[in-house]
Amino acid sequence: MAQMTMIQAITNALHTELKNDENVLVFGEDVGQNGGVFRATEGLQEEFGEERVFDTPLAESGIIGLAVGMSTQNLRPVPEIQFFGFVFEAMDAVSGQAARMRYRSGGRWNAPMTIRSPFGGGVHTPELHADSLEGLMAQQPGLKVVIPSNPYDAKGLLIQSIRDNDPVIFLEHMKLYRSFREEVPEEEYTIDLGKANVKREGNDITFVAYGAMVHAALKAADELKEEGIEAEVIDLRTVAPVDIDTIIESVEKTNRAVVIQEAQKQAGIAASIVSEIQERSILHLEAPVLRVTAPDTVYPFSEAEEVWLPNHKDIVEKAKQSINF
Amino acid sequence: MSFKNPLEGIEEKFEMIQILDEDGQIVDEDNVPDLSDDDLVELMRRMVYTRVLDQRSIALNRQGRLGFYAPTAGQEASQLGSHFAMEKEDFLLPAYRDVPQLIFHGLPLYQAFLFSRGHYHGNQMPEDVNAVSPQIIIGAQITQAAGVAYGFKHNGKKNVALTYTGDGGASQGDFYEGVNFAGAYKAPAIFVVQNNQFAISVPVEKQSAAETIAQKAAAAGVPGYLVDGMDVLAVYKVVKEARDRAVNGEGPTLIETMTYRYGPHTMAGDDPTRYRTDDMDDKWEKRDPLVRFRKYLEGKDLWSEEKENEIVETAKEEIKEAIKKADKQDKQKVTDLISIMYDELPQNLEEQMEEYKEKESK
Repeated sequence: MAQMTMIQAITNALHTELKNDENVLVFGEDVGQNGGVFRATEGLQEEFGEERVFDTPLAESGIIGLAVGMSTQNLRPVPEIQFFGFVFEAMDAVSGQAARMRYRSGGRWNAPMTIRSPFGGGVHTPELHADSLEGLMAQQPGLKVVIPSNPYDAKGLLIQSIRDNDPVIFLEHMKLYRSFREEVPEEEYTIDLGKANVKREGNDITFVAYGAMVHAALKAADELKEEGIEAEVIDLRTVAPVDIDTIIESVEKTNRAVVIQEAQKQAGIAASIVSEIQERSILHLEAPVLRVTAPDTVYPFSEAEEVWLPNHKDIVEKAKQSINF
Repeated sequence: MSFKNPLEGIEEKFEMIQILDEDGQIVDEDNVPDLSDDDLVELMRRMVYTRVLDQRSIALNRQGRLGFYAPTAGQEASQLGSHFAMEKEDFLLPAYRDVPQLIFHGLPLYQAFLFSRGHYHGNQMPEDVNAVSPQIIIGAQITQAAGVAYGFKHNGKKNVALTYTGDGGASQGDFYEGVNFAGAYKAPAIFVVQNNQFAISVPVEKQSAAETIAQKAAAAGVPGYLVDGMDVLAVYKVVKEARDRAVNGEGPTLIETMTYRYGPHTMAGDDPTRYRTDDMDDKWEKRDPLVRFRKYLEGKDLWSEEKENEIVETAKEEIKEAIKKADKQDKQKVTDLISIMYDELPQNLEEQMEEYKEKESK
């Protein structure tokens, strides 16, 4: 076992799959000799050669279109979108093409690609780098959307995503890249897509979160514990499809829930989960299911992001609102 | 201005290549492709067959027996001359008007009709047909062609990816990205732009200030050729050479074929009299690809009215049989569509599968 940051765990997963499967190709802007702007692909071109780990011209639609075409030639592409705000340039290639390969061809073709991309706020990027666009992706049938919250999960989920026979959007929160280390086995392992993880058990209220918000939820749970409130914290790990069974099991135990996302409030993952909960478990609820989200503005210019981003205090406040309902 | 304008004289660099003129006479003896008599006859057969298929498809559409259909008459040399240079293992990425190439690449006719009707089996290429179904989004197939070509190169296969778009498609960002990617990777791709003069109603002059679409290849460092798209020998010859270069590791080629669609954009209400004149139609019909190639073959004693009638009758018979077969196809169900979304059904679709099984059983 080794101590790894999330970015190291991601590099380790890419290395594992490049080694396991000669059809895996890793490519994108600056991923070759430079090793990626966050060093996610550090050393991979040197080890696996320019035919398998390579730079692309600077054009996101071209990158994903290339991956769609490669998919027909028995290849397993792992393209990188340098920052996920740039995915707008590739929306047709992602939603109109990759997501529909299997469906459109009646199963004759598929697109076993994993689109990796950094996203997420709090690191003072310029515009269109930090946006949480997972809701947009989750609305597209044919895609899976995976968001790890820690180094251990990042490795197991990324290996599983690359092996998946359908397109996966794998979103890496920038704030988590180097914020902490944890034990990550050197050997390979996988974590199933579509399965949530109960990070903390509790009987009083359920927090549903993913990505960086898992850490805010855990911090909120620690604070609430001092007041005798035990929160259960669920890390979704995959936001499409959502593991609704795990959520419902927890909510029917605690009878209260707060759903937390860094994204804006309108539409989105949290809204969908709130609907699922009330459709399935309304008679178990002691209070309305509440949300902690960002406001419905465009992602803020970076000087305002500390206030704009949801934090553990917002979660504590909503939890109390639920409990005092 | 003391600098020379680099566009000066560009027309000469992209002069239109023609081998067979409107009267069926060879005008460029040195470039006549090396095709056997059987090949020449087969090329003509395919063009005649496609003209009949077009007429029948339009009629079937008007009777409500076909759905979405984009007429092909006028573009036969462009479509079938280019495809004739392909091998079976080559990969085809067609646009929605390029159904004839798919049929000659191996898609059974009844499936082409199912595609028109909006049945997913029409998109389900048989195992031995290396192709994706016709692309609806203008230009999306161009970046994909670069990816297929990258795959051929990566896997050491001596094959090419052939993709089609139109004059409107050459304005898309994906057009530039696809050609540029293939050039950067020296990938074996052939990009055919069938310039039929109109993107629905917008004339090619309004698409770009460029004199030709072929010259757009130059910006990507890729060879570009302008070809008489009504001359099947010229189209074949240029595409065949592009294929030879591609499988020799010399990279992609962009080919603009100057052509014309006689019919409307699609059968869904387009009225070409709103944007074209009779004079223009007449001018292009004089260049008809079948007329000139027929004259050429007759001059070589390779073609007769009797032979043509036989092909027309066979085509009509095959079309009739294919429509019958399409009629017998099981009706498409929502539960079928649910089952082809993913390799393994996720939780939400598992639940919805049950719901729709029930709805469909009512």
